[in-house]
Amino acid sequence: MSKLLSMTEAIRRYVPDGAAVALGLALEPCIPFAAGHEIIRQGRRDLTLIGPISDILFDQLIGAGCVAKIQAAWVGNVSEGLGHCYRRATEQAQPRPIVTEDHSNFTIGLALRAASLGAPYIPTRSLLGSDLARKNSTFLQASSPFDGSPLLLVPALQPDVTILHVQRSDEDGNAHLWGSLGICQEAMLAARQVIIVAEEIVSREVITSDPNRVIGPSYKVCAVVHEPWGAHPSAVQGYYDRDHQFYHEYHTRTRTAEGFQQWLDEWVLGLKTRQEYMAKLAPARRGALSVKEHRYAAPVDYGY
Amino acid sequence: MEYTPRELMVVCAARQIRDGERVFVGMRLPLLAFALAKRTHAPNCVGIFETGLIRDTPARELLYTMGDAPNICGALWATSTINVIGLMAAGEIELGFIGGAEIDRYGNLNTSLIGDWQQPRVRLPGSGGGADIASLAQRLAIIMPHERHRLRERVDFVTSPGYGYPDEQGPAGVAWRQRVGLPRGGPAVLITTLAVFTFDPATGEALLQSYHPGSSIEQVQEETGWPLRLAPDCAETVPPTPEELRVIRECDPHGVWTS
Repeated sequence: MSKLLSMTEAIRRYVPDGAAVALGLALEPCIPFAAGHEIIRQGRRDLTLIGPISDILFDQLIGAGCVAKIQAAWVGNVSEGLGHCYRRATEQAQPRPIVTEDHSNFTIGLALRAASLGAPYIPTRSLLGSDLARKNSTFLQASSPFDGSPLLLVPALQPDVTILHVQRSDEDGNAHLWGSLGICQEAMLAARQVIIVAEEIVSREVITSDPNRVIGPSYKVCAVVHEPWGAHPSAVQGYYDRDHQFYHEYHTRTRTAEGFQQWLDEWVLGLKTRQEYMAKLAPARRGALSVKEHRYAAPVDYGY
Repeated sequence: MEYTPRELMVVCAARQIRDGERVFVGMRLPLLAFALAKRTHAPNCVGIFETGLIRDTPARELLYTMGDAPNICGALWATSTINVIGLMAAGEIELGFIGGAEIDRYGNLNTSLIGDWQQPRVRLPGSGGGADIASLAQRLAIIMPHERHRLRERVDFVTSPGYGYPDEQGPAGVAWRQRVGLPRGGPAVLITTLAVFTFDPATGEALLQSYHPGSSIEQVQEETGWPLRLAPDCAETVPPTPEELRVIRECDPHGVWTS
């Protein structure tokens, strides 16, 4: 059954106001910027964002006023450091106040993993003694029932919807993702529903030729969006590399709320679709980011 | 031979890596330190990256982030974040690198906020994997700029635990880490733009191990928010060798990380 939808329609149907949305789960690569920009265009409000190290997509959603709460390990600009919109929201409640539940990369992964296993929590020794352990009120500290040693209990976290950007998918949402995976698989398995955004739509036969490459079961997928370059300025292995200059420009231009609004008008609100965004991105810039030398994996034999 | 403060920091960081070690490589300067160690004194070290990567060769191009395409190409293993931090949780990673915005004399790091937790004056990005590396690696190496407002008597928020604080139950140091339940580790070294500190495991206090050429004990004290204690063998930092500088400049020809 085809689940192919336009980005507009996928976001309209599956990302309602107030939803808990997991995205940017591979850390720096494969960030679903196209999906995030559509969320901004549709004016979603009161979202909870879930992620590990989140790059500037979280900052943009926060600056656009879409976000009420953050459950993440890091919010900023990986190329530059601080996220200006995140700072304005947390320090001055601009454009609106937000609540942050601070995690580490490990605990946010464990929280999603717990949900994916149907476990109420996963214990860890990470973060013991830190203020992170004390100030995130979802954590509990307890003693191991086995040997009495101190433990941090990380409760299960279930996103309403997880948005994953992948290299390729079939129309049913059987998706191949490769490269470093971050917490993509945990977030997919934990979520109630999953939106797959793919560089390429391929046949079911391409996917089933290599089932080890599939990120999770397609029955969780509610929508598949075909969006080439949909993760720019982040990298997608085998398609394009990270556009460092773009992160730098964003950092420089968004120091003030007015600067952010101009940036947002130019790159998000003033554009209707990802095609318009890509048309705006100079061809030379696109060329510089494209794959220069293909490096294919050796085929594997699933024969019997 | 002329060199920049950051080149010296990369060299000091690389020298922390022993041959054959498994190293959890953090953002920014450690990316370069791993490449330098690999190509000089530690050809058999293995790098682990929190995005979910293990590799035993430096990437072929300069990395801005560990998720850049050249870092994935030729990796030994591309997997999940939980799998690689899990290796560290299981005690299998010898050395971890992190940076920080603020540190105190007991090696506790803050990357979360300046000021009050409820109403921060500056909201910083947060832990990332930093708190995990500080909690779980066998040894921790910290890299940061040396400024008086960053090296404080006590940080506003402990994001990444170092050696804690003395309290009614005992001293800071390894004993504190055991009290709170951390399985191992603690800061081994703090590398700054002016100096290198080691730590006294019994008290958890930073000891000035060396001051960089051009700096002095007096200048380091001036820029440090606690009264310095000197390591018994405190001396000037050994400057980079021409070979170390050559490799760094080959890896980062435009000085993206080192200028």
